[in-house]
Amino acid sequence: MVVAYFVPFWQIEMWAPQYPEWLHMKIWLYKLTGDIDIINGLNHYIGMKHIKVEMFPEFKVMPYILAGLIAFGVVAAWGGKRWLAWTFLVLLLAAGTAGLVDFYLWGYDYGHNLDPNAAIKVPGMVYQPPLIGTKELLNFIAYSAPDWGGWVLATSGIGVIVALLRDYRILKF
Amino acid sequence: MNIHSIVRTGLLFTAAAAVIGGCKPKAPGSVDTGDAASKVYVAPGKHDEFYNIVSGGFNGQMSVVGLPSGRVFKILPVFSVHPENGYGFSEESKPMLNTSHGFVPWDDLHHIALSVTNGEHDGRWAFGNANNTPRVARVDLTTFETTEILEIPNSAGNHSSPFITANSEYIVASSRFSVPIGDDKSRDVPINTYKENFKGTVSFVRADKEGDMHIAFQLVTPGVNFDLARAGKNKSHGWFFFSTYNTEQAHTLLEVNASQKDKDFIMAVNWKKAEEYIKAGKGRVVKAKYAHNVLDHNSGIAKSTMKDEVIQLDIKEFPEIAYMIPCPKSPHGTDIDPSGEYIIGSGKLAAIIPVFSFTKMMKAIESKDYEGTYDGIPVLKYESVLKGEVTKPGLGPLHTEFDGRGYAYTSMFVSSEVVKWDIEKLEVVDRAPTYYSVGHLMVPGGPTTKPHGKYLVAYNKITKDRYLPTGPELAHSAQLYDISGDKIKLLLDFPTIGEPHYAEALPASLIKDKQVKFYPLDKNTHPYATKSPDDTKIERKGKEVHVYMTSIRSHFGPDNIEGIKLGDEVYFHVTNLEQDWDVPHGFAIKGANTAETLIMPGATQTLKWVPDRVGVFPFYCTDFCSALHQEMQGYIRVSPAGSSVPLTYSLGK
Repeated sequence: MVVAYFVPFWQIEMWAPQYPEWLHMKIWLYKLTGDIDIINGLNHYIGMKHIKVEMFPEFKVMPYILAGLIAFGVVAAWGGKRWLAWTFLVLLLAAGTAGLVDFYLWGYDYGHNLDPNAAIKVPGMVYQPPLIGTKELLNFIAYSAPDWGGWVLATSGIGVIVALLRDYRILKF
Repeated sequence: MNIHSIVRTGLLFTAAAAVIGGCKPKAPGSVDTGDAASKVYVAPGKHDEFYNIVSGGFNGQMSVVGLPSGRVFKILPVFSVHPENGYGFSEESKPMLNTSHGFVPWDDLHHIALSVTNGEHDGRWAFGNANNTPRVARVDLTTFETTEILEIPNSAGNHSSPFITANSEYIVASSRFSVPIGDDKSRDVPINTYKENFKGTVSFVRADKEGDMHIAFQLVTPGVNFDLARAGKNKSHGWFFFSTYNTEQAHTLLEVNASQKDKDFIMAVNWKKAEEYIKAGKGRVVKAKYAHNVLDHNSGIAKSTMKDEVIQLDIKEFPEIAYMIPCPKSPHGTDIDPSGEYIIGSGKLAAIIPVFSFTKMMKAIESKDYEGTYDGIPVLKYESVLKGEVTKPGLGPLHTEFDGRGYAYTSMFVSSEVVKWDIEKLEVVDRAPTYYSVGHLMVPGGPTTKPHGKYLVAYNKITKDRYLPTGPELAHSAQLYDISGDKIKLLLDFPTIGEPHYAEALPASLIKDKQVKFYPLDKNTHPYATKSPDDTKIERKGKEVHVYMTSIRSHFGPDNIEGIKLGDEVYFHVTNLEQDWDVPHGFAIKGANTAETLIMPGATQTLKWVPDRVGVFPFYCTDFCSALHQEMQGYIRVSPAGSSVPLTYSLGK
């Protein structure tokens, strides 16, 4: 799980006919990388806010939340007690769900609260990026999915579940 | 846990992750082009089917391209100097680029109009517009040379130009940028008084007589931006339609402020009515200084004269000249179908394509079916003029062309595609991607009453990875499509010269056999022409030294000149004595602050040279002319000012 500090944990990829090389947006625990400037340049036509690090106060706390989870995980693994494992799983699931909900809320605001003076106004159109998966937004295909860091956290959760299932002799290997 | 189970679980997780993670959508693949190669291959010794006359945009020139091969035959200088052949550098051609602002060496040529008779291509001329220092130009299609340029006064951003009426009576020149017009006091106003003081102008330039382009009348309009225009044809002949944007009348941050209104206008102008008013003496004569430059065919010399007045009609004061048709949303193209009945607006920020009916428009005007006025001009009711809308065509419609078989083709800039739709049924029947972000389309004969059809070219604004990259600045891309069948088929992808905004194409057979091969020497009326090697001489007129020189394979006559002094201005008048096909000669001299000049067989071209130091200077033929081209050279001796070296010239001594 320490890996999640060194790789992005979420990605948004965008394709349009005039972007055959795709546009990339990588979300890390504490920063954004990728074609943010290009994406901002395009999105201002439809009145979307500029994506900036300041937009995400989450970046300040997420590294610490993950540190806490890792610490608890070490304790749980060391302690070997079933209730520790359960607690760890619950904490992981809670953190993951909170992250997804928070991301969805950001996406909703980003896609719905458009500048009324925007140059291009397509009636009835909103530009909420997909939470996970693919969505067509005007001439773009947007794909949102976990990146390496996200998979690491997901597999950690699965690992705990498997460990518990084995412990309860449901899984026998 | 043993190593076995760790590995097993590890593999399980990786597999699961791969399955979920590998769901990134595939980008739409390339279109299968089938046997396109054979359709665009023009075998050695054979010719293309069409001449494609293409605007060069920011290079200020036209290029001549063959279809279907996409090969470039010529870069034809119009508004920009062309050192390659001396256009804008030779004494004969410099006046062609003269304006009321002096000599202007560059402009921005956006659109092409080919001359028509009875609504069909006649192969006489191509016209181009200058967007920066407003002008229109005429190009002769038998010599592919610019023969006439007329400056447009009281205008700025001559973008909505040149568009031509069905018998080439008029080409229009309309302002993209409204500016304050009138005397000095009226023109010096604060920029934020745009709404009160800035005006647009639409000039109707008489174009059907070579050498006689003049502004028949200039309409003064409210301060909007004119984008493109089309003349009516058949039943709508006598009317002209102009797309407008920035009816919000913004003067700053137009990106936002000119995109606010839901609808701008297509301005319909009854130019026959305007002609009546002018004939009745109702026009107002206004002082204005603007240049008219004409190339004389027999001498090859361009002459620039200044005009000093223009006739204006303010459309507010003269009813029945102009009507506004509401059109969503910042329309770019306004295009008329071959029958002349349907007027199609392409609103670049709109989600639909409105199709207006000329018949309905005339009815609405007759019954005064207005929804208000715009700065005194009646605004017709949208629904009363509308035939119908094409829904969900794509994103960012820009421009529509026609194939003459009942279909229209509209370019979609944002969704980077061409959309084919049935004009009567208003239904989309096919679409094809363009690479990338198409601006204008071109169907040979598209704007005429009888389109030649067969091919469609998309001129794009973004190139990226289509060809081998050449640093950050790339040639604009174009695609050639076969539209002869039901479905659009991509045939060829080729780079273009400059930025083609618009182009027209006509069958090669219309002009191929009329091409001038050389100029008859006995028709040459140039005052400094030398028609025989025996007539070469040098004349001194004070500080001016005129060299009457001949060129023929493979020598200049004279080729040894002495007696030039520092402070002299030397004029080399070089006549090409050849009377054969494709034997031009070139002329260049060391250290000249001009360029070379290419002299066509039978013609005379002059380069002015002011030597800056004492010595012997070589000159030579720059255009490969013969086996002994390398030997085609000469020397000229420059002595100090006041020296007593006599003026002598010789060949072979």
